[in-house]
Amino acid sequence: MATLAELAMQAEQKWPGQVQAWVDRRSPLCELRCPPSEVLPEVVRWVVVDLGYRFAGLIVEQETEAWDLRYLFYSIHGTPGWARLRIRQPLEMRSVPSISPQVHAADWHEREAEDLFGITFEGHPRLGDFVLHDDLWQEEVAPMRRDFDERIAIVERNPDLKWRPRRIVKDPGAFAMPVGPIYSGVTESALFLLETVGEDVIRAFPRLFYKYRAIEKIAEGRKVEECLLLAERFAATTAFAHALAFSQAIETICRVKVPPRAQTLRVLAAELERFRHHVGVIHEICESTGLSVAASQASILEEDLLRVSCDLAGHRYLFGLAIPGGLTRNFTDAACGGAIEAAVLVLRKLHELEDGLRYSSSFLDRLEGVGIISGDEAREFGLVGPIARASGLEGDLRKAQPYAGYQHFAFDAPLEIEGDGFARLRVLLAEAAESVRIMQEVSGRLEAGEVSVPVSPMPGRAFGWVEAPRGAAFHGVHLGGGGIVQRYRVIAPSFVNWHGFHLAAEDFAFQDFPIILATFGLSVAENDR
Amino acid sequence: MSPWVLNGLRRGVITTSYPAHQEAAKGVSPGLPASLVPVTEEAGRVLEALCPTGAISLERGEARVDYRRCIHCFRCCRGTDLPLDWKPGYEWATLTTGGLSAAAWPKAFHKSMHILVVDAGDCGACLNEVKQLSNPYYNIHRLGFFITPTPRKADILLVVGPVTDHMRLPLQAAYDAMPTPKLVMAVGACALSGGVFGPSFVARGGVKDVIPVDVEVPGFPPPPLAILHGLLVATGRKPPAPWQAGTAVAGSTRPSSALAG
Ligand code: SF4
Repeated sequence: MATLAELAMQAEQKWPGQVQAWVDRRSPLCELRCPPSEVLPEVVRWVVVDLGYRFAGLIVEQETEAWDLRYLFYSIHGTPGWARLRIRQPLEMRSVPSISPQVHAADWHEREAEDLFGITFEGHPRLGDFVLHDDLWQEEVAPMRRDFDERIAIVERNPDLKWRPRRIVKDPGAFAMPVGPIYSGVTESALFLLETVGEDVIRAFPRLFYKYRAIEKIAEGRKVEECLLLAERFAATTAFAHALAFSQAIETICRVKVPPRAQTLRVLAAELERFRHHVGVIHEICESTGLSVAASQASILEEDLLRVSCDLAGHRYLFGLAIPGGLTRNFTDAACGGAIEAAVLVLRKLHELEDGLRYSSSFLDRLEGVGIISGDEAREFGLVGPIARASGLEGDLRKAQPYAGYQHFAFDAPLEIEGDGFARLRVLLAEAAESVRIMQEVSGRLEAGEVSVPVSPMPGRAFGWVEAPRGAAFHGVHLGGGGIVQRYRVIAPSFVNWHGFHLAAEDFAFQDFPIILATFGLSVAENDR
Repeated sequence: MSPWVLNGLRRGVITTSYPAHQEAAKGVSPGLPASLVPVTEEAGRVLEALCPTGAISLERGEARVDYRRCIHCFRCCRGTDLPLDWKPGYEWATLTTGGLSAAAWPKAFHKSMHILVVDAGDCGACLNEVKQLSNPYYNIHRLGFFITPTPRKADILLVVGPVTDHMRLPLQAAYDAMPTPKLVMAVGACALSGGVFGPSFVARGGVKDVIPVDVEVPGFPPPPLAILHGLLVATGRKPPAPWQAGTAVAGSTRPSSALAG
């Protein structure tokens, strides 16, 4: 792969006078300024198809006089590095060329920006009804704009009772079955539109954002510490990962170097969280197949790990631990050792469970060949995390763009190729084991010393990233004077992966639906934000 | 015998002895900051300023913590040289003023209670803790609690989340579809006060802004035992926590953003 300097040079040569490039060695990042014309999709195609960069996300910001759109890409092989395409245009110009035809992964990013900023993406098949549901909100409302008046939005909205979700399947005899937003047992609120012609479901599309809490909007105007609370709590089953990504963004802006002990302890906490998350999903998978003894055994392990987290860090979901500059608490080596030992024990029990599962043909039958996502589909939709890795798509930010202390650790990112429910389960099991291995390595790497340094806020922009348990997460922050947040952007793995959910939910038997959902293991809160 | 049954038997009994006895295992609860502790004026002001949700107030020489707002940020204990005491425990649920427990209708409810769980915009943690109630450690079935997917069979409505605008109508519809008498339990700081999210232009300041609430369970998230205590308070089988409770229904005014300033 070309170095960032070569990338910059080539871009300027290919589009002379139109693309301006510069390299920020610190990040390391190459910015390509493009005009808001057809050149943009061309450059995107070059970066993604020819150079092999992965699309991370789109950050839109309304400045005083201009729209600022930043498209973020990262390298997945070779030297770590980022490419950022940037366009700026006057506020009166409300339309931008769409890049979705080139990078399908940008589809939902553009829909979201259109819904919340009122920008039109030329060439994007506009579908309406996305973040702001059409039966409750008028089309003109654009809450992310600076001039948006919260008080107007607060008026009691009258629902449009005639609104119906859009249907795709038009076959004679086809009918749509909405499931949700409140359905079965203990589930997050989301609606699924199952389209069927009888026994089998042809397609299932999720309608999300029932839990839209507008964290990107309410973050604006707040101080860093207050924004941290939102970062940590918008998807709290993976609170530590998101709090860490946010903290890293602040550390980059404020040029803070986190002490080595804190970096290592961050790895420990992040892996403990990943382990607990994966065990939780494994529990859901067992539950969805009706294997109740295995499900209850897995649920015991999840509770065990919640208790280990609480015993180590004071909170079952590791709240209040990560802050810009390090961690709020130093753990003694003995406490770390205890947590690691407990994790090893839980892993041993997980292995016993795994052995049992591998010999349960009734269990395997229900997972094999169910909810398949091909490698090409995963690539096209830019899927991330265990779901992508179960379809043979590499990509783990801990390796590709190391952060915290990960550059010192050697570990595997397990890969499977079948892309079905069973492959996803195997990836989860293998990653859980890797997490414990990393935790074990932590104990040998703990240096004595402080776990935090003071951070004095300064204006600037940066993004932080982590490989969260569900996949790549990016937190972009723009701090103004006095450490006030001007713009906060969260790109979460569940947002990316829900986009591809319907690929796994095509032509299946109705009773398999909970299984497909469980093997995805996605969070609705993390998507809805 | 299937290998799974054997496997299950081998584990033996791990179920908590709560409510007969208190649970002593480590890691079952994050605890809460101690309320009504005497503090100096200076320390009190520092604590007030530190708390991001305004949960701490200095009253007559004491630091009072409004648990309905506490979001477990630990700033009042880790962020200052004069920290509040942190106290373990999980019996945090209260009956609201105007709220009722099942004891108010001695004949109406059966021995077993069916619970409808509604996610009105939670972050996933409260819901995950509700889910843990069915694991063998807590096994709420032994106490006659069952989770049901249908409002028509439900006795208790358990709501998590600040109530986003997109969930307001589905929540109202679920509440209306439940037979009377019915009990509403709001679980978690968001469901009690909006938490870090509400009130805002897309979320309420808790469940009481939409439907009347009988039992409040503080915590962010409340651990499984705290939710279980809430269920026991709702059914009149355990006394509520000794601190002041909220009211069942909110006033009509809606303050703007929760964390502003
Ligand atoms: S833990 Fe945080 S929210 Fe709770 S009282 Fe202390 S400072 Fe306030």
